[in-house]
Amino acid sequence: MLVGVLALQGDWREHKLLLESLGADVLPIRRESELSQVQALVIPGGESTTMSNLAKSFGLFPALREFVNHKPTLGTCAGLIMLSDKVEGAVAGQEFVGGLDITSSRNAYGGQTYSFEADVEIAGQIERVAFIRAPRILAVGKAEVIATLDGEPVAVRQGNLLGASFHPEITGGTKLHSLFLESIS
Amino acid sequence: MSENSNATPLVKSGLAEMLKGGVIMDVVTAEQAKIAEDAGAVAVMALERVPADIRAQGGVARMSDPDLIDQIIKTVSIPVMAKARIGHFVEAQVLESLEVDYIDESEVLSPADYVNHIDKWGFKTPFVCGATNLGEALRRITEGASMIRSKGEAGTGDVSEATKHIRTILSEVRALAAKTDDELYVAAKELQAPYQLVKKVARDGKLPVVLFVAGGVATPADAAMMMQLGADGVFVGSGIFKSGNPAARAAAIVKATTFYDDPKVIAEVSRGLGEAMVGINVNDLPAPHRLSERGW
Repeated sequence: MLVGVLALQGDWREHKLLLESLGADVLPIRRESELSQVQALVIPGGESTTMSNLAKSFGLFPALREFVNHKPTLGTCAGLIMLSDKVEGAVAGQEFVGGLDITSSRNAYGGQTYSFEADVEIAGQIERVAFIRAPRILAVGKAEVIATLDGEPVAVRQGNLLGASFHPEITGGTKLHSLFLESIS
Repeated sequence: MSENSNATPLVKSGLAEMLKGGVIMDVVTAEQAKIAEDAGAVAVMALERVPADIRAQGGVARMSDPDLIDQIIKTVSIPVMAKARIGHFVEAQVLESLEVDYIDESEVLSPADYVNHIDKWGFKTPFVCGATNLGEALRRITEGASMIRSKGEAGTGDVSEATKHIRTILSEVRALAAKTDDELYVAAKELQAPYQLVKKVARDGKLPVVLFVAGGVATPADAAMMMQLGADGVFVGSGIFKSGNPAARAAAIVKATTFYDDPKVIAEVSRGLGEAMVGINVNDLPAPHRLSERGW
């Protein structure tokens, strides 16, 4: 199976390495022609304003929206924001892919001073993950919560979509990516 | 559940990981910061004067007014960095208290200590530092830097020094990777860096932190060249707001940084940008005016 990682900006190489360590073949995605070759997609961490800006400039939004409609997609941090139906703290004109029936709030844990590492239970497995200027999930509609921190949702699943406000890819946690790869087959 | 931990090395270098493939832009007002954010910058560097003006006006260059930094933090949603003078740990303490996202201990400002750099381990806020070669980069990492940028020659619009520094650092990493364990003791001595860190770089074949390029990037093609040479991202200082059309140039440099290996995209975004900053040839600069020679 060929998995895409959106490579407009951010830590897409860390996702690529993690997916490869779990046996997947990975293609970095910057163009619609590349997106059409993959069965599933990861939207990595990075700056959501930059990703949104580039996706808009290069006309990727229609293809991305069509993709997440029916194909497995995982978003972490900025990727979670990109997959959110509602976003608080967006800049004027910032577009999103959408698909997850949640409200996320950009940088809601605070600036870098408040970034942290924590142990999070993801679908029954405890892993060390990093929250870097992370978004908060303020409201969950139809999505199912699969991880919480101090009682708050930090990862969700809805049909073919997975989203997390943290980064398992920089601490090396594999649970979220394993769930994602399982959902492909 | 175990304790949540702030400011671990991983959390500090983690933000730099998220900036990869992006452009960090120098800004001197909140309006410029907004233009940078709208153009797709991954972060802004708040400072009082861009390097080209520091160079033109001379005098001692220091940390920015906290009011300016506060305004910029309030105006944009992307990370805000700010510069402290080399060795000026109190400026760094002030920047930390303002909750900037990254502190740049920068040779662009006038050094406050010609012997010691800041002990960066004591800070919760991560630091980025400049380097012209691998030994300098490793000494900064030893002092606690979470991100390195090659220095180039700030405020010139001449990319040649940036090219030299990124080539030097990466070629030294490749040379290190080819060495046997016993040869690394001498390599550590020559690099004036700790053996364990030198060994880690040799075995991983890369720096343990993110490496951006800075100093002289003025066009989309400059940015793309730095990415092709192996940079993780670029800083653009005077190149944007000293040009004819900052918003268009900023957006073009962002696009060229993402599509750095696609000359068609670089050609497309380079059309009709208006005048680039006038610039100064580095060779015309007398040695005492070369900022990259500050820091050791």
